[in-house]
Amino acid sequence: MMNGIWLFLFLVGIIVAAFTGRIEAVTQGVLSGASDGVMVSLGLISIIAFWLGMMQIAEDAGLVASLSRVVRPLARWLFPSVPSDHPAMGSLIANMSANILGLGNAATPLGLKAIRELQSLNDQDPETASDAMCTLLALNTASLTVIPATMIGLRMQFHSRAPSQIVGATVLATLVATLAAIGLDRWYRRRDRKRRGGRGA
Amino acid sequence: MNGLVSLLSDWALPATLAGILVAGVARRIAVYDAFVTGAKEGFTTSVSLIPQLVAMMVAVSVFRASGALAMLVGALHPLLAWLHFPPELLPLALLRPISGSASLALVTDLFKTHGPDSFIGRAASVMQGSTDTTLYVLTVYFGSIGIRRPRYAVKVGLLSDLVSVVASVFFVTLMLQ
Repeated sequence: MMNGIWLFLFLVGIIVAAFTGRIEAVTQGVLSGASDGVMVSLGLISIIAFWLGMMQIAEDAGLVASLSRVVRPLARWLFPSVPSDHPAMGSLIANMSANILGLGNAATPLGLKAIRELQSLNDQDPETASDAMCTLLALNTASLTVIPATMIGLRMQFHSRAPSQIVGATVLATLVATLAAIGLDRWYRRRDRKRRGGRGA
Repeated sequence: MNGLVSLLSDWALPATLAGILVAGVARRIAVYDAFVTGAKEGFTTSVSLIPQLVAMMVAVSVFRASGALAMLVGALHPLLAWLHFPPELLPLALLRPISGSASLALVTDLFKTHGPDSFIGRAASVMQGSTDTTLYVLTVYFGSIGIRRPRYAVKVGLLSDLVSVVASVFFVTLMLQ
């Protein structure tokens, strides 16, 4: 898919430039694009290094574990098919806590551990996603964000007057999208069950 | 309401930092050493972005410089104006769920053209920041345990991305105009 998108943008750009008599813009675009790519990546080192440093403190301080107590009732409601004393429940809670704290680096390994344990609970076809797996993916693709660190860093690079101004709107947008993901997941789960005639309910 | 939200925006980062530091001290963590350990990864993480970002910035930059982007935006204008959705943001909305580096390249391009503090720049910041790369997350998670039939997970992921796009434009219009 990435191949297709890249090729489309690049090739259509060259063809349009040829037909609109702007062929010299292609060379310009290549040079400025390549240098922007390097500048942006290097410019992001500052904020990403800083943020990962802070995240390491949060991780070492056990913030994920302290949030677990708050998240547990929510996790039980979201994953009714997972027994509350099963190891999968522990990983699911840890993944959700890390996501809420914005610990992206910690959330992914915890989420992968959770989905492996969900697979051991999957009593149907091992190549078909279970209900709990779909819920886990709904939460992780929506990915609740608290501090959009990369965006603050990029805005700083482009001399924004107020780089962190977008935090409030980002938190609200991510909250609405996460709630929508949970709602949609519930709705599709119920519809799927009806279709399969209550099997596995 | 807007005053409160902008106050919260200003305070969110400092308050989070203070919270993390206090939690670290309360748990008797060597905070400085932990910070340095974590920050080391920042360098490799950012530098490893270079190949994807160069590839995408070049393609996006040629696409814009050639006038193809303007043609696309112009063609979409009547439909999107009716929906009150800024057509400049549509390419970003379409690429956001597919590729994190491609959408980051588009945001950079929008910052260069419109500025980070324009309506377009702010809405692009919120769109990029408020969600994850859905198809990437699905591939990594399901790929790790060999799931071939994701059932409704793809639909739920993409529909919540749509909600996130609409919510981004809505909240930026409401709060940052």
